[in-house]
Amino acid sequence: MNGEPLIRWDWLSEHLGPILGRVEQHLYLAVIAVVIGFVISFALAAVSIRRRRLYPFVTLFATAVYTIPSYALFAALVVATGLSIVTAEVPLIVYTFILLVPNIVAGFDSVPQDVLDAADGMGYTAGRRWWQVELPLAVPLVVAGLRLATVSTIGLVTVSAILGDNFGGLGYYILDGYHRHFPTEILVGGLLSIALAVLADVGFVLLQRLLTPWAAARSAAR
Amino acid sequence: MTANASGHAGGASLEFRGVTKRYDSGTTTPGAVNDLSFEVPAGAICVLVGPSGCGKTTSLKMVNRLIEPSGGEILLDGVNVQSQPVTALRRRIGYVIQQVGLFPHLTIGRNVAVVPGLEGWPKERQLARTRELLTLVGLDPDRYDGRYPSQLSGGERQRVGVARALAADPPLMLMDEPFAAVDPIVRSHLQDEFLRLQRELAKTILFVTHDVDEAIKMGDLIAVMAEGGHLAQFGPPDEILAHPASEFVARFVGADRGLKRLSLRTVADVDVVPIGRPDGLPNLPPETSLRDALSILLVADTRGGVALDEAGRSRGLVTVDAIACALADELPSEARRT
Repeated sequence: MNGEPLIRWDWLSEHLGPILGRVEQHLYLAVIAVVIGFVISFALAAVSIRRRRLYPFVTLFATAVYTIPSYALFAALVVATGLSIVTAEVPLIVYTFILLVPNIVAGFDSVPQDVLDAADGMGYTAGRRWWQVELPLAVPLVVAGLRLATVSTIGLVTVSAILGDNFGGLGYYILDGYHRHFPTEILVGGLLSIALAVLADVGFVLLQRLLTPWAAARSAAR
Repeated sequence: MTANASGHAGGASLEFRGVTKRYDSGTTTPGAVNDLSFEVPAGAICVLVGPSGCGKTTSLKMVNRLIEPSGGEILLDGVNVQSQPVTALRRRIGYVIQQVGLFPHLTIGRNVAVVPGLEGWPKERQLARTRELLTLVGLDPDRYDGRYPSQLSGGERQRVGVARALAADPPLMLMDEPFAAVDPIVRSHLQDEFLRLQRELAKTILFVTHDVDEAIKMGDLIAVMAEGGHLAQFGPPDEILAHPASEFVARFVGADRGLKRLSLRTVADVDVVPIGRPDGLPNLPPETSLRDALSILLVADTRGGVALDEAGRSRGLVTVDAIACALADELPSEARRT
């Protein structure tokens, strides 16, 4: 990289279109992973809450898949599903379990027993109690889990660039810049990926405030 | 169910008939209930009192079927509660618990309107009812309606709990140690307020406490329960204090049961010696309890005080002997509810 400047602004201005395209792809890959990961995690958490004895096994499963290095998992999946979106998404999805499942379980565990007793005593049906009492009170911890999972997934999307030009989002520039010894690309890919993660994080904080006005009231009261 | 002057629904009669709750681990399990039978007339406060583990909360929860009995039946206005759909039954029974159990994510107004909401009342009617109830329990609706439970003191929360339980005007209220979580001064205040409210509402109330003094203060009827879920004695407070049915009841109500009986009576109940207005003797307004009156006389180091009437005029002389004699007559069970 001798003589090469850290950032070549002319390259940046010439590639604004493709960069935006990569940002879009990055978000696309991350959102699919978090949405599917959340649905599966919610089901795993629901099973763990009803059958407490299964929870250690669910946790063990989530931890076990998390220990697999992402490169190894991508490589192994190529054998089965080729260079497809499935290969790109499966690792991203399974890595969310360890962040989402414990948070969802903790969210529902955090609903105070006296509140549940009062709800039963006042004549809530089971379904209505879940929807109007348990779910809203679990929201703070569930959203905290989503926040972690989203930030972590946005970072991880870059690794899927090893599956070729059709994947990786901003990771494409990191990998390409590395091969071509072109720091501008590495910086653009890395910094924009970080920026996306920070924006997502701030977004979830705002969402949290919007969904739980009572929590803000509590901190104001103390 | 009777409608009273203020247009509220009034109370329903409640009867326990041989109610039993066994747990798998045997009848001596804490919370077990053994062949419990008693009757509470409509509009009365019945207090279940006893040491912890005696089954009083279990008994309460069998009324709204949070716990199902192993045997016997509970009749609400003559109808077995187990023959009624459980959610409909619970919506016409007010439920107040020690930890209050307000929904932290709902405003005070929406907390109070929970049961009307479940019952599908129109919004305007819910709002009007909420304001009415908050006013009734002494909370200004304009100030409290939009707040969250975390912004209230323990005493305020407990008032909201009572308002919420009253929302759909239930004929029966179940109250499980409702005032145990607040400090003694607030507790005594809430008890007085609740008794004043009850004089107007005339709900039937089943009230659980472990505190004998609270039982005596709140109850028209007291059911003393012993370990193993047996009913040790059932009757009006004065009768239980005057004639404990067993060594257990006598010990449970305490050696000061004589003084407790005095606290059930006021200066207005006592015979006086009609004399003018002797100087230097303490004045005793008519609503002073005889227990307090005796204490005042002891502190003043005299054997007599001046009983005043409502207008503050002397009614005559009250002596320590006359106070002692007041315990000779048993109180009619209705006396305290007027």
